[in-house]
Amino acid sequence: MRHTIAILLENEAGALSRVAGLFSARGYNIESLTVAPTDEVSVSRLTLVTTGNDEIVEQITKQLNKLVDVIKLVELDSTEDIERELLLARVKAGSAGQRSEVKRLVDIFRGRILDVYEGGYIVELTGRGSKIDAFLEALETAQIGEVVRSGVTGIARGPKGLRI
Amino acid sequence: MKLTGAEIVVQFLKDEGVECVFGYPGGAVLHIYDAFYAQEEIEHILVRHEQGAVHAADGYARATGKPGTALVTSGPGMTNAVTGIATAYMDSIPMVVISGQVSSALIGNDAFQEVDAVGISRPCVKHNFLVKDVADLASTLKKAYYLAASGRPGPVLVDIPKDVTANKTEYYYQETVKIRSYNPAEKGHSGQIKKGVELLLGARKPMIYSGGGVVLGKASEQLTAVTRLLGFPITSTLMGLGAFPGSDPQFVGMLGMHGTMEANMGMHDCDVLLAVGARFDDRVTGELSKFCPHARIIHIDIDPSSISKNVRVEIPIVGHVKPVLDEMIRMLEARKDALDPTKTREWWAQINRWRDHRCLQYATSSEVIKPQAVVEALWRATRGEAFVTSDVGQHQMWAAQYYRFDQPNRWINSGGLGTMGFGLPAALGVKRAFPDSEVVCVTGEASIQMCIQELSTAKQYDLPVKVVCLNNRYLGMVRQWQEFSYKSRYSHSYMEALPDFIKLAESYGHVGMQITQPGDVDAALEEAFAMKDRLVFMDFITDATENVYPMIEAGKGHAEMRYSPAQEMA
Repeated sequence: MRHTIAILLENEAGALSRVAGLFSARGYNIESLTVAPTDEVSVSRLTLVTTGNDEIVEQITKQLNKLVDVIKLVELDSTEDIERELLLARVKAGSAGQRSEVKRLVDIFRGRILDVYEGGYIVELTGRGSKIDAFLEALETAQIGEVVRSGVTGIARGPKGLRI
Repeated sequence: MKLTGAEIVVQFLKDEGVECVFGYPGGAVLHIYDAFYAQEEIEHILVRHEQGAVHAADGYARATGKPGTALVTSGPGMTNAVTGIATAYMDSIPMVVISGQVSSALIGNDAFQEVDAVGISRPCVKHNFLVKDVADLASTLKKAYYLAASGRPGPVLVDIPKDVTANKTEYYYQETVKIRSYNPAEKGHSGQIKKGVELLLGARKPMIYSGGGVVLGKASEQLTAVTRLLGFPITSTLMGLGAFPGSDPQFVGMLGMHGTMEANMGMHDCDVLLAVGARFDDRVTGELSKFCPHARIIHIDIDPSSISKNVRVEIPIVGHVKPVLDEMIRMLEARKDALDPTKTREWWAQINRWRDHRCLQYATSSEVIKPQAVVEALWRATRGEAFVTSDVGQHQMWAAQYYRFDQPNRWINSGGLGTMGFGLPAALGVKRAFPDSEVVCVTGEASIQMCIQELSTAKQYDLPVKVVCLNNRYLGMVRQWQEFSYKSRYSHSYMEALPDFIKLAESYGHVGMQITQPGDVDAALEEAFAMKDRLVFMDFITDATENVYPMIEAGKGHAEMRYSPAQEMA
């Protein structure tokens, strides 16, 4: 089972390595990990996607909470809550036919073309991971020049947020 | 007044009430050592290897319940300390290790004696700090002591670059510190405690399983009171020995891999289990799928991550063991009407039938010294009141099985990490804390050689501990496993060319003795303990073939113990 955990972390040197180190030391999986400072400069926010059964994820959240640098965390509900990922991709499109096909796909997926060069586009797309997967699948393999995914970030729905 | 970082370290330690530091100087900590030179309030004990410094601080902490303090230099000083830090981490021992670091400007440049101390220690500390600015030094040290001793205790490393120890700032001592991301549990949830009490009151085949958390949480008195009120049998982990009196009839001995029949069978058959400050370690549970198949489990622990980590529990109680047990005592006293000893009468009859097997009985000999007999003689010689440290292996198990600890903080051994070399330096730390008490290191001829250089420290600082070496010429526990699981193929577990321990002890300025005859054991111990102010190294030449029984082998459960051949015949 895939689980998304949002974490508020002290924005201190080495704090991220404590989180990453915990996962490697205890043999947990990290599917993706994103981190950046928040509006409060002393606090970073992490979104971490992991896989495991409920018992493992319970241990993971307990072990994370035990880290002195972890201020708070919450498990996001991957069906209810909002998750977004950013894709930047270099898409090859040499012929006029290919160019219009890619342009059409980008429109369908509500992406944007950020750069046009001879032989292709740089495309930007945000959405759930599954949408990004679908976009990439819709392209022909040979067209994909480069894929940059940000990893998942997420926020809970409704008035209740994760704040210190 | 402005002080240098080095002066702040020393002044802080005084203000924090630290009375002694175990350490070893080197380039990166020279400023700090210079600050030590100018004062006499804090004793510095110069060890012979940084591992010894950390183990000594650890022994001091285990015996006193106060954080131990070690001071080491950068690079190899710090890496030598790692084994000691990991040892303390696995057993949740409060400790602060101060390590020197190369100057800030050199960090990351592969400077002489540079090592990423924070990175190396990260997986085996409760927390660690690199102090980048002298203005943060005092508050960081305060946080370190607070973290080390509060909640589930553990070692904390403070890495201080050399320039930080030279820079000056205003110093003041903070009495308290708050860390917004750190709020250890205190009181337990009353509703959960109540549920636990009700479950206990209905039990017919109850067991209490207590661990090191009771010793660390200074809750021995409370545990004893709860156990007496309930009238239930109680077993203990290796780390928890002494928290409940070992000679009390309610105590059924240690459980686990080398536990007693009555403890392990009791665990297997019990209907309600009260786990107190114990963490369901693999050496305790045996094969998990066979662990306590009939029990409903209540678990008291300060660390939420210990709960349901290995074994699912029905009633978790997260909190400090002392207030939780205090509340439990109040609830039990209010329910005295429901405390009915007849409910467990049959269970006690069963426990006593297991007890009658006397599973710790061993074949005595008049030809060769039995190691178990030495531990029993040691108990007699010290009236069961000594602080006993140990190394790791067979001797450790025999000490745990045959020295009946009646008080907490008296049994000091590396349970989690299983660190050979722990016993002697730990004993020195204990002796420093309790100079008037008997301190004995029960060891083997292999373990003792891992930190034997500390005999020199013992001489310099007049720490006359007694060393009881159970010398069987083998890495005994390795040999035992090779006998049981590898068809007696004793691969590299025999020690030839052992030193003459008498001469070795004498060369360090101590007294050495060798005892080869079973009839001489008591007299030798008596003679040794009569030499109050001397370290006596007693080399007992013991039966090389003796094994630790009972034993639960890999993949087996509590009800599948292997008994000594003498037992199997009986």
